[in-house]
Amino acid sequence: MSTIDNVSLARGRARLSGSRAFGAALLLLLGAFALIGPVIVPTDPAAQDFGASLAPIGGDYALGADHYGRSLLARLAHGARLSFGLAFLTMLAAAVPGVLLGLAAAWRGGGTERLLELLATVVLALPGLMLVLLLLAFSPGNYGPLFLGLSLTLWVEFYRVTRATTKTVLAQPHIEAARMLGFGSGYILRNYVVPVIAPMIATLTAFAMATAIIAVSTLSAISVGLQPPTPELGSIIVELLPYYAEAPLHVLLPALLIFLLVLGLQLVADGDRA
Amino acid sequence: MRNFLVARLMQAGIVAMVVGALCFLLMRVLPGDAAMRIAAGRYGPDARIAEAADKVRLELGLDRPVLLQFLEWLGGLLRLDLGHSLVTGAPVVDELQVQLGASVWLAASALLISLLIGPVIGIFSGLKPGGIADRTGLVGAVVFRAIPPFVLGLMLMLILSKQLGWLPPAGFGSPREILLPALTLALGLAAMSSRVTRNAVAAVAKTPYFAFARHKGLPEAIVVRRHGIRNAAIPVVSYLGLQAIYLVEGVVVVESLFAYPGIGHALVHAIVERDIPMVQGTALVMGLMFVAIAALVDAISLWLDPRFGRAA
Repeated sequence: MSTIDNVSLARGRARLSGSRAFGAALLLLLGAFALIGPVIVPTDPAAQDFGASLAPIGGDYALGADHYGRSLLARLAHGARLSFGLAFLTMLAAAVPGVLLGLAAAWRGGGTERLLELLATVVLALPGLMLVLLLLAFSPGNYGPLFLGLSLTLWVEFYRVTRATTKTVLAQPHIEAARMLGFGSGYILRNYVVPVIAPMIATLTAFAMATAIIAVSTLSAISVGLQPPTPELGSIIVELLPYYAEAPLHVLLPALLIFLLVLGLQLVADGDRA
Repeated sequence: MRNFLVARLMQAGIVAMVVGALCFLLMRVLPGDAAMRIAAGRYGPDARIAEAADKVRLELGLDRPVLLQFLEWLGGLLRLDLGHSLVTGAPVVDELQVQLGASVWLAASALLISLLIGPVIGIFSGLKPGGIADRTGLVGAVVFRAIPPFVLGLMLMLILSKQLGWLPPAGFGSPREILLPALTLALGLAAMSSRVTRNAVAAVAKTPYFAFARHKGLPEAIVVRRHGIRNAAIPVVSYLGLQAIYLVEGVVVVESLFAYPGIGHALVHAIVERDIPMVQGTALVMGLMFVAIAALVDAISLWLDPRFGRAA
Protein backbone atom coordinates (compact mmCIF):
# COMPACT_ATOMS: atom_id res chain seq x y z
CA MET A 1 0.00 0.00 0.00
CA SER A 2 2.97 2.28 0.22
CA THR A 3 4.04 3.64 -3.12
CA ILE A 4 6.97 5.42 -1.56
CA ASP A 5 8.80 2.17 -0.77
CA ASN A 6 8.80 1.11 -4.35
CA VAL A 7 10.03 4.45 -5.56
CA SER A 8 12.95 4.58 -3.15
CA LEU A 9 13.76 1.03 -4.09
CA ALA A 10 13.70 1.98 -7.74
CA ARG A 11 16.59 4.34 -7.18
CA GLY A 12 18.94 1.40 -6.74
CA ARG A 13 20.53 0.23 -9.94
CA ALA A 14 20.57 -3.33 -11.12
CA ARG A 15 20.61 -5.08 -14.44
CA LEU A 16 17.51 -6.52 -16.01
CA SER A 17 17.61 -5.18 -19.51
CA GLY A 18 14.47 -5.19 -21.57
CA SER A 19 12.36 -5.82 -18.50
CA ARG A 20 10.38 -2.68 -19.17
CA ALA A 21 9.44 -4.00 -22.61
CA PHE A 22 8.55 -7.33 -21.04
CA GLY A 23 6.34 -5.59 -18.49
CA ALA A 24 4.61 -3.59 -21.22
CA ALA A 25 3.94 -6.73 -23.28
CA LEU A 26 2.57 -8.47 -20.20
CA LEU A 27 0.26 -5.57 -19.44
CA LEU A 28 -0.93 -5.40 -23.03
CA LEU A 29 -1.80 -9.09 -22.93
CA LEU A 30 -3.59 -8.85 -19.60
CA GLY A 31 -5.32 -5.64 -20.66
CA ALA A 32 -6.63 -7.37 -23.77
CA PHE A 33 -7.87 -10.28 -21.64
CA ALA A 34 -9.65 -7.87 -19.29
CA LEU A 35 -11.16 -5.75 -22.06
CA ILE A 36 -11.98 -8.30 -24.73
CA GLY A 37 -12.29 -11.40 -22.55
CA PRO A 38 -15.77 -10.67 -21.16
CA VAL A 39 -16.95 -9.87 -24.71
CA ILE A 40 -15.77 -13.02 -26.48
CA VAL A 41 -16.58 -15.25 -23.50
CA PRO A 42 -20.27 -14.42 -23.25
CA THR A 43 -20.80 -16.85 -20.34
CA ASP A 44 -22.31 -15.16 -17.30
CA PRO A 45 -19.65 -15.29 -14.55
CA ALA A 46 -22.45 -15.92 -12.02
CA ALA A 47 -24.25 -18.66 -13.97
CA GLN A 48 -24.22 -21.84 -11.90
CA ASP A 49 -24.25 -25.41 -13.17
CA PHE A 50 -23.90 -27.87 -10.33
CA GLY A 51 -23.39 -30.70 -12.79
CA ALA A 52 -20.07 -29.13 -13.73
CA SER A 53 -18.88 -28.53 -10.18
CA LEU A 54 -15.07 -28.31 -10.17
CA ALA A 55 -14.90 -29.28 -13.84
CA PRO A 56 -11.29 -29.89 -14.87
CA ILE A 57 -9.29 -27.52 -17.01
CA GLY A 58 -9.52 -28.21 -20.73
CA GLY A 59 -12.91 -29.96 -20.80
CA ASP A 60 -16.23 -28.25 -21.52
CA TYR A 61 -14.86 -25.28 -19.64
CA ALA A 62 -11.59 -23.93 -21.03
CA LEU A 63 -10.22 -23.11 -17.58
CA GLY A 64 -12.49 -25.39 -15.61
CA ALA A 65 -15.35 -24.41 -13.33
CA ASP A 66 -15.57 -23.60 -9.64
CA HIS A 67 -17.52 -25.44 -6.95
CA TYR A 68 -20.80 -23.91 -8.12
CA GLY A 69 -19.96 -24.87 -11.70
CA ARG A 70 -19.34 -21.27 -12.72
CA SER A 71 -16.99 -20.84 -15.68
CA LEU A 72 -13.59 -19.93 -14.28
CA LEU A 73 -12.53 -18.35 -17.57
CA ALA A 74 -15.48 -15.95 -17.44
CA ARG A 75 -14.88 -15.22 -13.76
CA LEU A 76 -11.20 -14.52 -14.33
CA ALA A 77 -11.89 -12.25 -17.29
CA HIS A 78 -14.47 -10.28 -15.30
CA GLY A 79 -12.16 -10.27 -12.28
CA ALA A 80 -9.29 -8.88 -14.32
CA ARG A 81 -11.58 -6.21 -15.74
CA LEU A 82 -12.74 -5.30 -12.25
CA SER A 83 -9.18 -5.12 -10.88
CA PHE A 84 -7.89 -3.09 -13.79
CA GLY A 85 -10.89 -0.78 -13.83
CA LEU A 86 -10.94 -0.13 -10.10
CA ALA A 87 -7.17 0.35 -10.03
CA PHE A 88 -7.31 2.76 -12.93
CA LEU A 89 -10.10 4.84 -11.40
CA THR A 90 -8.36 4.89 -8.02
CA MET A 91 -5.14 5.99 -9.66
CA LEU A 92 -6.93 8.80 -11.52
CA ALA A 93 -8.72 9.93 -8.38
CA ALA A 94 -5.38 10.04 -6.56
CA ALA A 95 -3.17 11.44 -9.33
CA VAL A 96 -5.32 14.33 -10.53
CA PRO A 97 -5.85 16.07 -7.18
CA GLY A 98 -2.38 15.02 -6.01
CA VAL A 99 -0.57 16.61 -8.93
CA LEU A 100 -2.77 19.72 -8.97
CA LEU A 101 -2.36 20.29 -5.24
CA GLY A 102 1.38 19.70 -5.53
CA LEU A 103 1.61 22.31 -8.27
CA ALA A 104 -0.52 24.71 -6.25
CA ALA A 105 1.66 24.28 -3.16
CA ALA A 106 4.90 24.81 -5.08
CA TRP A 107 3.51 27.74 -7.07
CA ARG A 108 1.68 29.65 -4.38
CA GLY A 109 3.85 28.79 -1.38
CA GLY A 110 2.95 30.54 1.89
CA GLY A 111 -0.30 29.66 3.61
CA THR A 112 -1.54 27.37 0.83
CA GLU A 113 1.62 25.29 1.07
CA ARG A 114 1.55 25.11 4.86
CA LEU A 115 -2.06 23.99 4.87
CA LEU A 116 -1.47 21.31 2.25
CA GLU A 117 1.65 20.10 4.04
CA LEU A 118 -0.35 19.73 7.23
CA LEU A 119 -2.97 17.71 5.37
CA ALA A 120 -0.30 15.45 3.86
CA THR A 121 1.32 14.94 7.26
CA VAL A 122 -2.00 13.91 8.77
CA VAL A 123 -2.59 11.30 6.07
CA LEU A 124 0.98 10.04 6.32
CA ALA A 125 0.62 9.61 10.08
CA LEU A 126 -1.75 6.70 9.44
CA PRO A 127 -0.99 3.48 7.62
CA GLY A 128 -3.00 3.55 4.38
CA LEU A 129 -4.73 0.22 4.80
CA MET A 130 -6.06 1.39 8.16
CA LEU A 131 -7.72 4.40 6.56
CA VAL A 132 -9.36 2.11 4.03
CA LEU A 133 -10.44 -0.29 6.78
CA LEU A 134 -11.93 2.55 8.82
CA LEU A 135 -13.99 3.66 5.84
CA LEU A 136 -14.99 0.09 5.07
CA ALA A 137 -16.08 -0.39 8.68
CA PHE A 138 -19.06 1.75 7.97
CA SER A 139 -20.19 0.18 4.74
CA PRO A 140 -18.57 -3.21 4.14
CA GLY A 141 -18.61 -4.81 0.72
CA ASN A 142 -19.17 -1.61 -1.24
CA TYR A 143 -17.11 -0.05 -3.99
CA GLY A 144 -17.54 3.49 -2.67
CA PRO A 145 -15.58 3.42 0.58
CA LEU A 146 -12.98 1.08 -0.91
CA PHE A 147 -12.35 3.45 -3.79
CA LEU A 148 -12.47 6.55 -1.61
CA GLY A 149 -10.15 5.10 1.03
CA LEU A 150 -7.54 4.04 -1.50
CA SER A 151 -7.57 7.39 -3.30
CA LEU A 152 -7.35 9.22 0.01
CA THR A 153 -4.11 7.44 0.87
CA LEU A 154 -2.54 7.40 -2.58
CA TRP A 155 -2.90 11.08 -3.48
CA VAL A 156 -0.22 12.07 -0.95
CA GLU A 157 2.56 10.44 -2.94
CA PHE A 158 1.61 12.32 -6.11
CA TYR A 159 1.32 15.53 -4.12
CA ARG A 160 4.72 15.19 -2.45
CA VAL A 161 6.65 14.30 -5.59
CA THR A 162 5.00 17.05 -7.62
CA ARG A 163 5.55 19.70 -4.96
CA ALA A 164 9.19 18.82 -4.32
CA THR A 165 10.13 18.57 -7.99
CA THR A 166 8.24 21.66 -9.06
CA LYS A 167 9.86 23.66 -6.28
CA THR A 168 13.37 22.75 -7.41
CA VAL A 169 12.49 23.48 -11.03
CA LEU A 170 11.00 26.86 -10.18
CA ALA A 171 14.05 27.82 -8.14
CA GLN A 172 16.38 27.48 -11.13
CA PRO A 173 17.81 30.55 -12.84
CA HIS A 174 16.45 29.80 -16.30
CA ILE A 175 12.91 30.02 -14.95
CA GLU A 176 13.67 33.42 -13.53
CA ALA A 177 15.08 34.43 -16.90
CA ALA A 178 11.96 33.20 -18.67
CA ARG A 179 9.80 35.15 -16.23
CA MET A 180 11.76 38.32 -16.74
CA LEU A 181 11.48 37.91 -20.49
CA GLY A 182 7.75 38.11 -19.94
CA PHE A 183 6.67 34.51 -20.50
CA GLY A 184 3.48 33.64 -18.66
CA SER A 185 2.85 30.96 -16.04
CA GLY A 186 1.17 28.68 -18.56
CA TYR A 187 4.22 28.77 -20.82
CA ILE A 188 6.62 28.04 -17.96
CA LEU A 189 4.41 25.23 -16.75
CA ARG A 190 4.18 23.59 -20.16
CA ASN A 191 7.78 23.98 -21.21
CA TYR A 192 9.79 23.68 -18.02
CA VAL A 193 7.75 22.02 -15.30
CA VAL A 194 5.72 19.36 -17.12
CA PRO A 195 8.67 17.73 -18.95
CA VAL A 196 10.46 17.25 -15.62
CA ILE A 197 7.57 15.92 -13.55
CA ALA A 198 5.83 13.86 -16.27
CA PRO A 199 8.15 10.82 -16.16
CA MET A 200 8.01 10.71 -12.36
CA ILE A 201 4.23 10.91 -12.39
CA ALA A 202 4.10 8.11 -14.96
CA THR A 203 6.18 5.90 -12.66
CA LEU A 204 4.02 6.71 -9.66
CA THR A 205 0.94 5.97 -11.73
CA ALA A 206 1.99 2.39 -12.38
CA PHE A 207 2.96 1.86 -8.75
CA ALA A 208 -0.32 3.33 -7.54
CA MET A 209 -2.24 0.92 -9.77
CA ALA A 210 -0.20 -2.03 -8.53
CA THR A 211 -0.88 -0.94 -4.96
CA ALA A 212 -4.59 -0.63 -5.64
CA ILE A 213 -4.80 -4.07 -7.25
CA ILE A 214 -3.05 -5.69 -4.28
CA ALA A 215 -5.18 -3.78 -1.78
CA VAL A 216 -8.52 -4.60 -3.40
CA SER A 217 -7.77 -8.31 -3.72
CA THR A 218 -6.32 -8.47 -0.20
CA LEU A 219 -9.32 -6.80 1.38
CA SER A 220 -11.72 -9.09 -0.46
CA ALA A 221 -9.66 -12.08 0.61
CA ILE A 222 -9.94 -11.15 4.29
CA SER A 223 -13.67 -10.62 3.67
CA VAL A 224 -13.97 -6.90 4.30
CA GLY A 225 -13.69 -5.84 0.65
CA LEU A 226 -16.02 -6.80 -2.15
CA GLN A 227 -18.30 -9.71 -1.31
CA PRO A 228 -18.23 -13.17 -2.97
CA PRO A 229 -20.80 -13.11 -5.78
CA THR A 230 -18.68 -10.37 -7.35
CA PRO A 231 -15.98 -12.01 -9.48
CA GLU A 232 -13.10 -10.36 -7.64
CA LEU A 233 -9.74 -12.11 -7.95
CA GLY A 234 -8.98 -12.16 -4.23
CA SER A 235 -12.35 -13.57 -3.27
CA ILE A 236 -12.19 -16.13 -6.11
CA ILE A 237 -9.01 -17.49 -4.51
CA VAL A 238 -10.50 -17.69 -1.04
CA GLU A 239 -13.75 -19.23 -2.31
CA LEU A 240 -11.86 -21.99 -4.10
CA LEU A 241 -9.36 -22.61 -1.32
CA PRO A 242 -11.38 -25.36 0.46
CA TYR A 243 -11.25 -27.35 -2.78
CA TYR A 244 -7.50 -27.08 -3.12
CA ALA A 245 -6.95 -30.80 -2.69
CA GLU A 246 -9.25 -31.67 -5.61
CA ALA A 247 -8.44 -28.76 -7.91
CA PRO A 248 -5.14 -27.06 -7.02
CA LEU A 249 -4.81 -25.34 -10.40
CA HIS A 250 -8.18 -23.64 -9.96
CA VAL A 251 -6.82 -21.85 -6.88
CA LEU A 252 -3.50 -21.01 -8.46
CA LEU A 253 -4.95 -19.43 -11.63
CA PRO A 254 -6.46 -16.29 -10.03
CA ALA A 255 -3.36 -15.98 -7.83
CA LEU A 256 -1.19 -16.13 -10.93
CA LEU A 257 -3.35 -13.51 -12.62
CA ILE A 258 -2.91 -11.04 -9.73
CA PHE A 259 0.80 -11.77 -9.65
CA LEU A 260 1.20 -11.08 -13.38
CA LEU A 261 -0.86 -7.88 -13.19
CA VAL A 262 1.27 -6.50 -10.38
CA LEU A 263 4.50 -7.73 -11.94
CA GLY A 264 3.65 -6.08 -15.25
CA LEU A 265 2.90 -2.77 -13.58
CA GLN A 266 6.06 -2.84 -11.48
CA LEU A 267 8.28 -3.75 -14.42
CA VAL A 268 6.80 -0.97 -16.53
CA ALA A 269 7.28 1.49 -13.70
CA ASP A 270 10.96 1.00 -13.14
CA GLY A 271 11.97 -1.37 -15.87
CA ASP A 272 15.72 -1.59 -16.10
CA ARG A 273 16.16 -0.54 -12.52
CA ALA A 274 13.65 -2.96 -11.00
CA MET B 1 16.99 13.98 21.09
CA ARG B 2 14.31 16.28 22.53
CA ASN B 3 13.18 17.38 19.09
CA PHE B 4 12.95 13.76 18.14
CA LEU B 5 10.70 12.95 21.08
CA VAL B 6 8.50 15.99 20.57
CA ALA B 7 8.03 15.18 16.88
CA ARG B 8 7.05 11.61 17.65
CA LEU B 9 4.69 12.60 20.43
CA MET B 10 3.03 15.05 18.07
CA GLN B 11 2.67 12.33 15.48
CA ALA B 12 1.06 10.08 18.08
CA GLY B 13 -1.33 12.90 18.99
CA ILE B 14 -2.28 13.44 15.35
CA VAL B 15 -2.97 9.73 14.94
CA ALA B 16 -5.25 9.71 18.00
CA MET B 17 -7.18 12.76 16.83
CA VAL B 18 -7.56 11.59 13.24
CA VAL B 19 -8.75 8.14 14.20
CA GLY B 20 -11.21 9.51 16.74
CA ALA B 21 -12.56 12.23 14.48
CA LEU B 22 -12.81 9.95 11.47
CA CYS B 23 -14.78 7.33 13.38
CA PHE B 24 -17.03 10.02 14.78
CA LEU B 25 -17.62 11.55 11.36
CA LEU B 26 -18.34 8.19 9.79
CA MET B 27 -20.71 7.22 12.56
CA ARG B 28 -22.84 10.25 11.72
CA VAL B 29 -23.15 9.37 8.05
CA LEU B 30 -23.53 5.69 8.83
CA PRO B 31 -26.18 4.09 6.62
CA GLY B 32 -28.37 1.52 8.30
CA ASP B 33 -29.03 1.03 11.96
CA ALA B 34 -26.02 0.47 14.20
CA ALA B 35 -28.15 -1.11 16.93
CA MET B 36 -29.42 -3.70 14.44
CA ARG B 37 -25.91 -4.64 13.40
CA ILE B 38 -24.70 -4.89 16.94
CA ALA B 39 -27.65 -7.06 17.91
CA ALA B 40 -26.86 -9.31 14.96
CA GLY B 41 -23.23 -9.45 16.05
CA ARG B 42 -24.20 -10.34 19.61
CA TYR B 43 -27.03 -12.77 19.24
CA GLY B 44 -26.44 -14.09 15.74
CA PRO B 45 -28.60 -13.31 12.72
CA ASP B 46 -31.39 -15.71 13.77
CA ALA B 47 -32.43 -13.95 16.98
CA ARG B 48 -35.51 -11.74 17.04
CA ILE B 49 -33.48 -8.80 15.81
CA ALA B 50 -35.88 -5.85 16.17
CA GLU B 51 -36.48 -6.43 19.89
CA ALA B 52 -32.84 -7.14 20.56
CA ALA B 53 -31.88 -3.97 18.69
CA ASP B 54 -34.17 -1.82 20.85
CA LYS B 55 -32.63 -3.29 23.97
CA VAL B 56 -29.14 -2.63 22.63
CA ARG B 57 -30.02 0.95 21.69
CA LEU B 58 -31.33 1.71 25.15
CA GLU B 59 -28.50 -0.03 26.95
CA LEU B 60 -25.71 1.70 25.02
CA GLY B 61 -27.36 5.11 24.73
CA LEU B 62 -27.07 5.12 20.96
CA ASP B 63 -30.05 7.47 20.75
CA ARG B 64 -28.21 10.32 22.46
CA PRO B 65 -26.68 13.22 20.43
CA VAL B 66 -23.61 12.10 18.48
CA LEU B 67 -21.49 15.03 19.64
CA LEU B 68 -22.04 14.01 23.25
CA GLN B 69 -20.95 10.47 22.41
CA PHE B 70 -17.79 11.78 20.74
CA LEU B 71 -16.86 14.04 23.64
CA GLU B 72 -17.37 11.12 25.97
CA TRP B 73 -15.02 9.01 23.88
CA LEU B 74 -12.36 11.74 23.90
CA GLY B 75 -12.70 12.24 27.64
CA GLY B 76 -12.43 8.50 28.14
CA LEU B 77 -9.32 8.40 26.01
CA LEU B 78 -7.61 10.88 28.34
CA ARG B 79 -8.40 8.55 31.24
CA LEU B 80 -7.17 5.60 29.17
CA ASP B 81 -10.72 4.34 29.00
CA LEU B 82 -11.75 3.29 25.50
CA GLY B 83 -15.23 2.18 26.44
CA HIS B 84 -16.72 -1.28 26.20
CA SER B 85 -16.98 -3.60 23.26
CA LEU B 86 -20.52 -3.50 21.93
CA VAL B 87 -20.45 -7.20 21.23
CA THR B 88 -18.78 -8.83 24.21
CA GLY B 89 -19.38 -6.03 26.70
CA ALA B 90 -15.81 -6.31 27.97
CA PRO B 91 -13.69 -3.13 28.32
CA VAL B 92 -11.93 -2.41 25.01
CA VAL B 93 -8.66 -1.75 26.83
CA ASP B 94 -8.65 -5.24 28.35
CA GLU B 95 -9.23 -6.92 25.01
CA LEU B 96 -6.60 -4.78 23.32
CA GLN B 97 -3.94 -5.55 25.90
CA VAL B 98 -4.00 -9.24 25.10
CA GLN B 99 -4.18 -8.68 21.35
CA LEU B 100 -1.50 -6.04 21.25
CA GLY B 101 0.91 -8.39 23.00
CA ALA B 102 0.26 -11.07 20.38
CA SER B 103 0.72 -8.60 17.52
CA VAL B 104 3.95 -7.19 18.92
CA TRP B 105 5.34 -10.72 19.13
CA LEU B 106 4.32 -11.37 15.56
CA ALA B 107 5.78 -8.12 14.23
CA ALA B 108 9.03 -8.60 16.16
CA SER B 109 9.45 -12.19 14.96
CA ALA B 110 8.75 -11.14 11.39
CA LEU B 111 11.30 -8.34 11.61
CA LEU B 112 13.89 -10.70 13.08
CA ILE B 113 13.36 -13.38 10.43
CA SER B 114 13.45 -10.80 7.64
CA LEU B 115 16.76 -9.50 9.01
CA LEU B 116 18.15 -13.02 8.82
CA ILE B 117 17.12 -13.33 5.17
CA GLY B 118 17.12 -9.93 3.43
CA PRO B 119 20.43 -8.33 4.46
CA VAL B 120 22.33 -11.62 4.16
CA ILE B 121 21.21 -12.07 0.57
CA GLY B 122 21.90 -8.37 0.03
CA ILE B 123 25.48 -8.65 1.27
CA PHE B 124 26.26 -11.57 -1.02
CA SER B 125 24.61 -9.76 -3.95
CA GLY B 126 26.36 -6.48 -3.28
CA LEU B 127 29.89 -7.87 -2.95
CA LYS B 128 29.82 -9.06 -6.56
CA PRO B 129 27.39 -6.84 -8.46
CA GLY B 130 26.19 -8.59 -11.59
CA GLY B 131 27.22 -12.01 -10.32
CA ILE B 132 24.99 -15.03 -10.02
CA ALA B 133 23.97 -14.22 -6.43
CA ASP B 134 23.07 -10.69 -7.47
CA ARG B 135 20.94 -11.77 -10.39
CA THR B 136 19.15 -14.50 -8.46
CA GLY B 137 18.53 -12.04 -5.65
CA LEU B 138 17.08 -9.53 -8.08
CA VAL B 139 14.67 -12.00 -9.65
CA GLY B 140 13.65 -13.21 -6.20
CA ALA B 141 13.03 -9.67 -4.98
CA VAL B 142 10.97 -8.76 -8.06
CA VAL B 143 8.87 -11.91 -7.74
CA PHE B 144 8.23 -11.59 -4.01
CA ARG B 145 7.38 -7.92 -4.38
CA ALA B 146 4.69 -8.76 -6.93
CA ILE B 147 3.01 -11.44 -4.81
CA PRO B 148 0.32 -9.94 -2.56
CA PRO B 149 0.97 -10.91 1.10
CA PHE B 150 -2.25 -12.88 1.38
CA VAL B 151 -1.37 -15.01 -1.64
CA LEU B 152 2.09 -15.61 -0.19
CA GLY B 153 0.53 -16.60 3.12
CA LEU B 154 -1.87 -19.03 1.46
CA MET B 155 0.95 -20.57 -0.56
CA LEU B 156 3.12 -21.06 2.52
CA MET B 157 0.15 -22.55 4.33
CA LEU B 158 -0.48 -25.00 1.51
CA ILE B 159 3.15 -25.97 1.07
CA LEU B 160 4.56 -25.95 4.59
CA SER B 161 1.58 -27.22 6.53
CA LYS B 162 -0.68 -29.09 4.13
CA GLN B 163 1.85 -30.75 1.85
CA LEU B 164 4.85 -31.11 4.13
CA GLY B 165 3.10 -31.00 7.48
CA TRP B 166 5.96 -29.09 9.12
CA LEU B 167 4.00 -26.29 10.72
CA PRO B 168 0.46 -25.91 12.08
CA PRO B 169 -1.67 -23.83 9.67
CA ALA B 170 -3.30 -21.72 12.39
CA GLY B 171 -3.49 -21.30 16.11
CA PHE B 172 -1.71 -19.49 18.84
CA GLY B 173 0.38 -20.24 21.87
CA SER B 174 3.57 -22.01 20.92
CA PRO B 175 6.50 -20.59 18.93
CA ARG B 176 5.77 -23.07 16.16
CA GLU B 177 2.43 -21.42 15.54
CA ILE B 178 3.83 -17.94 15.19
CA LEU B 179 6.35 -19.13 12.61
CA LEU B 180 4.06 -19.37 9.58
CA PRO B 181 2.47 -15.90 9.86
CA ALA B 182 5.83 -14.39 10.80
CA LEU B 183 7.51 -16.00 7.80
CA THR B 184 4.82 -14.65 5.47
CA LEU B 185 5.47 -11.12 6.67
CA ALA B 186 9.23 -11.63 6.74
CA LEU B 187 9.53 -12.75 3.12
CA GLY B 188 7.80 -9.61 1.89
CA LEU B 189 10.04 -7.43 4.03
CA ALA B 190 13.17 -9.33 3.01
CA ALA B 191 12.38 -8.93 -0.69
CA MET B 192 12.66 -5.19 -0.24
CA SER B 193 15.46 -4.95 2.29
CA SER B 194 17.67 -7.32 0.30
CA ARG B 195 17.87 -4.88 -2.61
CA VAL B 196 18.51 -1.88 -0.40
CA THR B 197 21.25 -3.80 1.38
CA ARG B 198 22.73 -4.87 -1.92
CA ASN B 199 22.95 -1.29 -3.13
CA ALA B 200 24.41 -0.10 0.16
CA VAL B 201 27.02 -2.87 0.19
CA ALA B 202 27.92 -2.27 -3.45
CA ALA B 203 28.46 1.42 -2.62
CA VAL B 204 30.62 0.63 0.41
CA ALA B 205 32.61 -1.97 -1.54
CA LYS B 206 33.64 0.74 -3.98
CA THR B 207 35.09 3.04 -1.28
CA PRO B 208 38.85 3.47 -0.85
CA TYR B 209 38.86 2.31 2.79
CA PHE B 210 37.21 -0.93 1.81
CA ALA B 211 39.68 -1.50 -1.04
CA PHE B 212 42.55 -0.72 1.35
CA ALA B 213 41.35 -3.33 3.84
CA ARG B 214 41.31 -5.89 1.04
CA HIS B 215 44.72 -4.87 -0.30
CA LYS B 216 46.42 -5.16 3.05
CA GLY B 217 45.43 -8.81 3.00
CA LEU B 218 42.59 -9.07 5.50
CA PRO B 219 40.42 -12.12 4.94
CA GLU B 220 37.20 -11.24 3.10
CA ALA B 221 34.97 -12.16 6.05
CA ILE B 222 36.81 -9.73 8.35
CA VAL B 223 36.78 -6.98 5.71
CA VAL B 224 33.04 -7.31 5.43
CA ARG B 225 32.48 -7.51 9.16
CA ARG B 226 34.77 -4.67 10.23
CA HIS B 227 34.42 -2.23 7.38
CA GLY B 228 31.30 -3.18 5.49
CA ILE B 229 28.35 -3.97 7.68
CA ARG B 230 28.05 -0.94 9.92
CA ASN B 231 28.43 1.51 7.06
CA ALA B 232 26.04 -0.37 4.86
CA ALA B 233 23.54 -0.76 7.69
CA ILE B 234 22.60 2.92 7.80
CA PRO B 235 20.53 3.10 4.61
CA VAL B 236 19.08 -0.30 5.38
CA VAL B 237 17.83 0.74 8.80
CA SER B 238 16.40 4.02 7.62
CA TYR B 239 14.71 2.10 4.85
CA LEU B 240 13.24 -0.28 7.40
CA GLY B 241 11.56 2.79 8.86
CA LEU B 242 9.49 3.09 5.72
CA GLN B 243 8.70 -0.55 6.21
CA ALA B 244 6.80 0.27 9.39
CA ILE B 245 3.83 0.78 7.07
CA TYR B 246 4.31 -2.61 5.50
CA LEU B 247 4.64 -4.26 8.88
CA VAL B 248 1.53 -2.71 10.44
CA GLU B 249 -0.57 -3.33 7.33
CA GLY B 250 0.86 -6.80 6.97
CA VAL B 251 -0.15 -7.62 10.52
CA VAL B 252 -3.81 -7.02 9.60
CA VAL B 253 -3.70 -9.24 6.55
CA VAL B 254 -1.59 -12.03 7.95
CA GLU B 255 -3.44 -12.21 11.26
CA SER B 256 -6.81 -12.46 9.54
CA LEU B 257 -5.47 -15.12 7.23
CA PHE B 258 -3.98 -17.32 9.96
CA ALA B 259 -6.68 -16.56 12.55
CA TYR B 260 -3.93 -15.22 14.79
CA PRO B 261 -5.49 -13.40 17.77
CA GLY B 262 -3.85 -9.99 17.36
CA ILE B 263 -4.81 -6.39 16.76
CA GLY B 264 -5.29 -6.78 13.01
CA HIS B 265 -7.58 -9.76 13.39
CA ALA B 266 -9.53 -7.84 16.03
CA LEU B 267 -9.90 -4.83 13.71
CA VAL B 268 -11.29 -6.91 10.87
CA HIS B 269 -13.68 -8.66 13.25
CA ALA B 270 -14.83 -5.40 14.77
CA ILE B 271 -15.45 -4.02 11.29
CA VAL B 272 -17.58 -6.96 10.26
CA GLU B 273 -19.61 -6.67 13.47
CA ARG B 274 -19.64 -2.87 13.43
CA ASP B 275 -18.37 -2.78 16.96
CA ILE B 276 -17.56 0.93 16.82
CA PRO B 277 -15.67 1.29 20.14
CA MET B 278 -13.55 -1.73 19.19
CA VAL B 279 -12.88 -0.28 15.72
CA GLN B 280 -11.84 3.02 17.27
CA GLY B 281 -9.71 1.32 19.88
CA THR B 282 -7.91 -1.09 17.56
CA ALA B 283 -7.36 1.56 14.90
CA LEU B 284 -5.92 3.82 17.57
CA VAL B 285 -3.58 1.14 18.87
CA MET B 286 -2.47 0.19 15.36
CA GLY B 287 -1.76 3.82 14.54
CA LEU B 288 0.29 4.16 17.70
CA MET B 289 2.12 0.92 16.93
CA PHE B 290 3.02 2.43 13.57
CA VAL B 291 4.39 5.56 15.27
CA ALA B 292 6.30 3.42 17.77
CA ILE B 293 7.98 1.30 15.10
CA ALA B 294 8.98 4.40 13.13
CA ALA B 295 10.41 5.99 16.30
CA LEU B 296 12.33 2.83 17.19
CA VAL B 297 13.89 2.71 13.74
CA ASP B 298 14.86 6.38 13.95
CA ALA B 299 16.51 5.76 17.30
CA ILE B 300 18.54 2.86 15.87
CA SER B 301 19.65 4.97 12.89
CA LEU B 302 20.82 7.63 15.30
CA TRP B 303 22.79 5.06 17.28
CA LEU B 304 24.39 3.63 14.12
CA ASP B 305 25.40 7.01 12.80
CA PRO B 306 25.42 9.84 15.34
CA ARG B 307 26.05 12.34 12.53
CA PHE B 308 22.31 12.31 11.77
CA GLY B 309 21.55 13.70 15.20
CA ARG B 310 24.10 16.48 14.97
CA ALA B 311 23.01 17.52 11.52
CA ALA B 312 19.38 17.81 12.56
